[in-house]
Amino acid sequence: MRYVNEFAQHYNYIVTIFLMVAGLYVVIARGNMIKKLIGLSIFQTSVYLLYIEPAKILGGTAPILDPAYKVYSNPLPHVLILTAIVVGVATLALGLALVVRIDEAYGTIEEDEIFEREGDA
Amino acid sequence: MSKLAEHLPILQVVVPLLGALLCALLRRGTLAWALALAVSWIMPVIAILLLQRVLDGGAISYRLGGWAPPWGIEYRVDLLSAFVLVLVTVVGAAIMPFARRSVAHEIEGDKQAWFYTMYLLCLTGLLGITVTGDAFNIFVFLEISSLSTYVLIAMGKDRRALLAAYQYLIVGTIGATFYVIGVGLLYLVTGSLNIVDIAARLAPAAAETSRPVFAALAFLTVGVSLKLALFPLHVWLPGAYAHAPSVATAFLAGTATKVAVYVLLRLIFSIFGVAIAFDTLPVSEVLLTLSVAAMFIASILAVFETDVKRVLAYSSLGQIGYITLGIGLANVPGLTGGIVHLFNHALMKTALFMSLGAIVYRIGTIKLADLAGIGRQMPLTMAVFVVGGLALVGVPGTAGFVSKWYLAVGAFDRGWWPLVFLILVTSLIAVVYVGRVVEVAWFREPSGFAAGAKDPPLSMLLPMLALAAATIYFGIDTEASAAIARRVAEGLIGGLK
Amino acid sequence: MPVVAPETHLLLAIAIPFTGALLIPLFHRQPNLREAVTLTTAAVLAVTVWSLLPQVLAGARPEARLADVMPGLTIAFAVEPLGLLFALVASSLWIVNSIYSIGYMRANQEPRQTSFYVCFAVAIGATMGLAFSKNLFTLFLFYELLTLSTYPLVTHKANDEAIRGGRIYLLLLIGSSMLLLLPAIAATWYIAGTLDFKLGGILPAGLDATLIAGLLALYVFGTGKAAVMPLHFWLPAAMVAPTPVSALLHAVAVVKAGVFTVLKVIVFVFGVDTLASTGAAGWLVWAAGGTVLLASLIALRQDNLKKRLAYSTVSQLSYVVLAAAILTPVSVVGAALHIAAHAVSKITLFFAAGAIYTAAHKTHVSELDGIGWRMPWTMSAFAIGALAMIGLPPTAGFLGKWFMLSGATQTGQWLPVAVIVASTALNAAYFLPIVFRAFFAEPVRAHAAGAAASHDDDHGEAPWPMVLALSLTAAATVLLFLAPDTALSLAKLMLEPVTR
Repeated sequence: MRYVNEFAQHYNYIVTIFLMVAGLYVVIARGNMIKKLIGLSIFQTSVYLLYIEPAKILGGTAPILDPAYKVYSNPLPHVLILTAIVVGVATLALGLALVVRIDEAYGTIEEDEIFEREGDA
Repeated sequence: MSKLAEHLPILQVVVPLLGALLCALLRRGTLAWALALAVSWIMPVIAILLLQRVLDGGAISYRLGGWAPPWGIEYRVDLLSAFVLVLVTVVGAAIMPFARRSVAHEIEGDKQAWFYTMYLLCLTGLLGITVTGDAFNIFVFLEISSLSTYVLIAMGKDRRALLAAYQYLIVGTIGATFYVIGVGLLYLVTGSLNIVDIAARLAPAAAETSRPVFAALAFLTVGVSLKLALFPLHVWLPGAYAHAPSVATAFLAGTATKVAVYVLLRLIFSIFGVAIAFDTLPVSEVLLTLSVAAMFIASILAVFETDVKRVLAYSSLGQIGYITLGIGLANVPGLTGGIVHLFNHALMKTALFMSLGAIVYRIGTIKLADLAGIGRQMPLTMAVFVVGGLALVGVPGTAGFVSKWYLAVGAFDRGWWPLVFLILVTSLIAVVYVGRVVEVAWFREPSGFAAGAKDPPLSMLLPMLALAAATIYFGIDTEASAAIARRVAEGLIGGLK
Repeated sequence: MPVVAPETHLLLAIAIPFTGALLIPLFHRQPNLREAVTLTTAAVLAVTVWSLLPQVLAGARPEARLADVMPGLTIAFAVEPLGLLFALVASSLWIVNSIYSIGYMRANQEPRQTSFYVCFAVAIGATMGLAFSKNLFTLFLFYELLTLSTYPLVTHKANDEAIRGGRIYLLLLIGSSMLLLLPAIAATWYIAGTLDFKLGGILPAGLDATLIAGLLALYVFGTGKAAVMPLHFWLPAAMVAPTPVSALLHAVAVVKAGVFTVLKVIVFVFGVDTLASTGAAGWLVWAAGGTVLLASLIALRQDNLKKRLAYSTVSQLSYVVLAAAILTPVSVVGAALHIAAHAVSKITLFFAAGAIYTAAHKTHVSELDGIGWRMPWTMSAFAIGALAMIGLPPTAGFLGKWFMLSGATQTGQWLPVAVIVASTALNAAYFLPIVFRAFFAEPVRAHAAGAAASHDDDHGEAPWPMVLALSLTAAATVLLFLAPDTALSLAKLMLEPVTR
């Protein structure tokens, strides 16, 4: 029972960590450059959760001063993650652009094939 | 004027940011270069003014938009950040006059304006990291500088530049994400993002046993170590340096890793403090081990490279080892050595990469075998290389000696005599990899590529010579380098001032 | 009375060669003017250094401070009798050597003469800085500069052999100084809190004898230029350099900088009395004595004339170290004298070797039969130099040995005495046959080696600047024996506390 309880309490963290590790695994294990970028995005997204989850309070609203509401969610993490999402999108866009250029230059986006062609790199 | 003086910290970020925007709109290479040059020359003036004010009156706190910390973002310039600001801006200012011909030679006409845009964005990011006092804000600037760096690297002529950029993008993003995770954990523990505030809330008694705090330190350190290419997280660096355009390599080698080291210093000394980092956790031991490994392995790899840019890239890894070694020593002389080496290594490595840039400009290749006799054809360029090389070795009378002396004294202070010996052995390996290039460049008959070369035009030559002269000057008069570094080190060891 | 202040005077002595080095490239395309600049610089330097002599003999010790690099590390200079003696020898011989170089470089049509003269001037400047250094840091600075500026001279020929020689030269000298000398200096700084030379030493009293012995070992082997075995390989390797370089740098400036450093460290960092009372230098007698004998034995087997001279230098350098290790005032004076005496005589021998190479294109001892009659001046000078190596009167070599022997016998140290006696015999064994061959053996022409050989033998003396130079140094070798007053008084002054 205790473990179930613990699990339920840290449920959100477990999801976060699962996404984090899964994303990182894809980045490391896949040779396809697009798949790597997908993994990277999952990895980054997990961090959004890490920030947002603790800031959301059940039943809380946006922090607008109004006598009708007493419980507010913390707005700061939301704002931070908005920034982080922008950064993430920019990174993904740049990464994809690079992959397009690599495809043009090498004719493939598989890392092992590219290394084969370069010898070193 | 005094009104403007109050806003100096934000100007460090706003000026290059606006410059980048204008550069993107100008679209013409030469115009963009002129603008970038103007910005690059304004920046050191602001940085030196800031340093002057910090030296006179202590740390400057600037409230962005008038919001009081810890709620608003605070820009905070203390001696360490002022020192790094001067370092970054001076390197930028030295490179820009050199850039025009080199960039025109290596990058197609319609992309040149983009190159300068990215350079200015990168400058914005690096200066922003240094000037801000907000942990999350550091992440934002880190990504600004990183994203622009990926583009700068991808602009290299060779198709391998794309590959290097992609690899750096993956590694760099992982590093930055690690950093955000660490900041997130700290935020969960303390509820603050302001560095000074976090440090205050991490009351030592409670924090020393807190596992999230330890995890945060681990994530932050690994994230930043990826950025500063601490061994064994360095694999991205040689490729990136080797294939980026010459100007970008020179700029990044001089500044990007240095700013990452700055962040590491901030983390260890300003956020976690000596008690957690060195007493509770074995950060010192880990850093020392990795640093010595970096110094040896990278230097030895440098000996066997045939591409001179790669030789210098590996040498950079080794030199970063010296810097982190100084941090790991965790005493005043050692830390002074590390911090002054930030500055000294920036001078010498920028000069070295610029001399390579000049060679590429003349003969279009940088393979060791193609450089036979180049010293006789381009004597001044190679003289710069020799001076930079001597500084890498740490010959007395060059800036490199000053760093190594402090590191050695730091090791003596800890009673670690063998470490002194290790430092000196790696200097000797530097003799070998510098000597190989010197031998080929001066003592072979000019042939093939090198035969018709001559020294580059003055606009490229003068900045290189100036940096080489500075390398020697700061080996003899250390008032502006080691003396300030020492004050910084005392401040960091003594806790936040 | 001096026209300029003594401090300025001192700084001038160091600045003049560097100024020369800056001026020489300006006349890249006018060889005559370029050589004139070298000669003028050398002359001005010699005058400057010589004019310091009366002041020093009168008891003045000019000092100058250039820069504070770090707290405790300053670049500062001070004139002190031993340093002045070294500077006098080096600067005077630079004039003679420049005359010789002009003859040699032109006759052999060496390439890149401008950079040759520039590096030479820098090397002399480094030697001056080293001779006048006030503390260990300044000494180390110029020690390294001397290594670096002579490296391009060693590799001057730029062929594979020269590059290989250069590698050994650079790695051994830089390596030993970085790995041993620098830690020794850092440790001294850490223990004593200062690096300034002081008569009687700067180390605090009561240090462990083992520690002192270890530190001394770091210094002696760290000073690779002193060529104490096993760190002597660089010297034979450096013989690939053009002969003027071997003559002035690898018989005078560079190697003497090495033994000068050792002597300076023994007298002014450790203190003769400290070392004598702790017995920490006992091993040095063995190391130096062993080097003297071993190097002589190796020299016996060398057929290449310059190599034989190089091993002779290794052996003679260790005389100086040995004399210092005897640790009596008389022997230390002997060490100082031997620095001067060996300088003038060994440069004569190298000059002669270079003259033979230039005129007859011969490099090996076995080829020298009968050459004395074709090159009488050269070989007579060689004979005088050889006598000095053996240590016979009327040459300067006798003086140093005499003082060393009397120092050793006074204190009853029979090991050094035995070494000196044995090595004298060995010196005779490898130098006298050369002289004998040159004058009394049948010329090689006899066994018909073909047209080329007979053409080779059709030669006279080398160009006149070279003959002039070697005659001058040969004369100086004799003169130093007949009138040793200046050298002797400087050597004695070295051990006296400054009384102003």
